[in-house]
Amino acid sequence: MRYEAPETIDAAVALLGSVGRARPLAGGTDLLVQLRAGIVEPDLIVDLKKLPGLRTIAKEKGGFRIGAAVTGAELREHPDLRKVWPGVVEAANLIGSTQIQGRASLGGNLCNASPAADSVPALIAAGATVTIIGPGGQRELAVEAVASGPGKTILAKGEFVTSIFLPARPPRSADAYLRFIPRTEMDIAVVGCGVSLTLDQSGTCTAARVALGAVAERALLVAEAGAALIGSKLDAAAFEKLIAAARKACRPIDDKRGTKVFRIDIAGVLAQRTATIAAERARGQK
Amino acid sequence: MSKRHVSAVVNGDPVEFLCTPEQTLLDVLRDDLDLTGSKECCSSGDCGACSVILDGRLVCSCLVLSAEAEGKRIETIEGMAKGEELHPLQRRFLEHAALQCGICTPGILIAAKALLEREPDPSETEVRFWLAGNLCRCTGYDKIVRAVLDTAAEMRRS
Ligand SMILES: Cc1cc2nc3c(=O)[nH]c(=O)nc-3n(C[C@H](O)[C@H](O)[C@H](O)COP(=O)(O)OP(=O)(O)OC[C@H]3O[C@@H](n4cnc5c(N)ncnc54)[C@H](O)[C@@H]3O)c2cc1C
Ligand code: FES
Ligand code: FES
Repeated sequence: MRYEAPETIDAAVALLGSVGRARPLAGGTDLLVQLRAGIVEPDLIVDLKKLPGLRTIAKEKGGFRIGAAVTGAELREHPDLRKVWPGVVEAANLIGSTQIQGRASLGGNLCNASPAADSVPALIAAGATVTIIGPGGQRELAVEAVASGPGKTILAKGEFVTSIFLPARPPRSADAYLRFIPRTEMDIAVVGCGVSLTLDQSGTCTAARVALGAVAERALLVAEAGAALIGSKLDAAAFEKLIAAARKACRPIDDKRGTKVFRIDIAGVLAQRTATIAAERARGQK
Repeated sequence: MSKRHVSAVVNGDPVEFLCTPEQTLLDVLRDDLDLTGSKECCSSGDCGACSVILDGRLVCSCLVLSAEAEGKRIETIEGMAKGEELHPLQRRFLEHAALQCGICTPGILIAAKALLEREPDPSETEVRFWLAGNLCRCTGYDKIVRAVLDTAAEMRRS
């Protein structure tokens, strides 16, 4: 195995395309565990952390461009990000311990492609897009299009994610993320749910996106669940439709963390609770 | 296999070492630099026994490649006491008997130091959440949490 830490995007693309089994490295909190366990055996590790833009958060078109290797701790400490995207930041901050937060990135959480990755449903609900670079040039993709199954992404050989873009928000918009775990810290989501919504002056929901994690082979955008909220005042009838739509979208597995039946049930509960928090945050804004 | 040359600063001293790409920072600290205070227990980021401060951030050194240390500042448990004089956290851990077997202790001390540098007046809840990535199978955590809170109070007074 070789280790390289290139300082230009072109050099990183060339390195990642050069040998059979090359792996990008961000915080290493998944990759090093997998290396140790022999789950991955790369010939080359390409450390992305010295590349321009990979470690910075910049304002862009009223939104935020977040470098793919920015850590959870850096997201938390950013002065403005959590005011605009509290759900994305709280989801990223649920990843692991203080030690893990010092290293774990959004790009790594997404590209590791665990169906239970915490930041991914929040990013999907937020309508986030990723910028991907590779031998064929640059492309943009919605976050929900990146993972294709457990541990699998649509990234082609030599491609990697350079940044995640969170768009500008209309007034009275907010997001939230909740996960269910049997403990209070340091566990993997049994179900995770991200909700992002916008209210008009009368309190009617004009836009909503709902995403679920750990209930399918990858995190899902549940369009019907968002549609259930749009046009409503987030009343009991709308929540009933939201819960039904969230449960209907689930195709989970049974495992030691939870049975299929339990996961489907919890997905509905979490969708309602998460939407309630997002709505409270949106109402709290002028 | 070709070894890589790395220069870093460990506990204030410049160090240079040769490492293989597979070696973690923890491997190099323990096996090459003879800094065996950082412990290896799980090697998977779960227990925190290998905690060090890397450029001001608390991390698990078992999840850092040694080659990544190039140009970085690393603080380990060995740098905590000033000669014979213990760090207030170390002193309070002894007074409170906040350790039994001691395997978790270097990691917890480093983690607590990182906390108090950031937040001189943490609540009990903040201490417990901050230390959630440091497992201790002996003490039941209460004495550890109390020792950290007491140290914080002492350091605020002085
Ligand atoms: C103790 C512990 C607790 C954890 N708890 C949680 C948790 O609660 N919730 C959760 O979701 N996860 C958790 N994780 C998993 C992990 O910390 C996260 O998935 C983290 O976000 C990974 O980010 P990283 O930067 O460390 O990724 P890395 O380990 O550096 O990379 C992960 C994968 O993505 C690839 N990759 C990284 N960056 C890019 C990029 N920019 N473009 C393309 N590919 C890339 C790598 O090649 C690798 O395959 C935990 C891990 C540990 C060790
Ligand atoms: S040995 Fe590094 S976290 Fe356990
Ligand atoms: S004192 Fe034994 S593990 Fe903590």
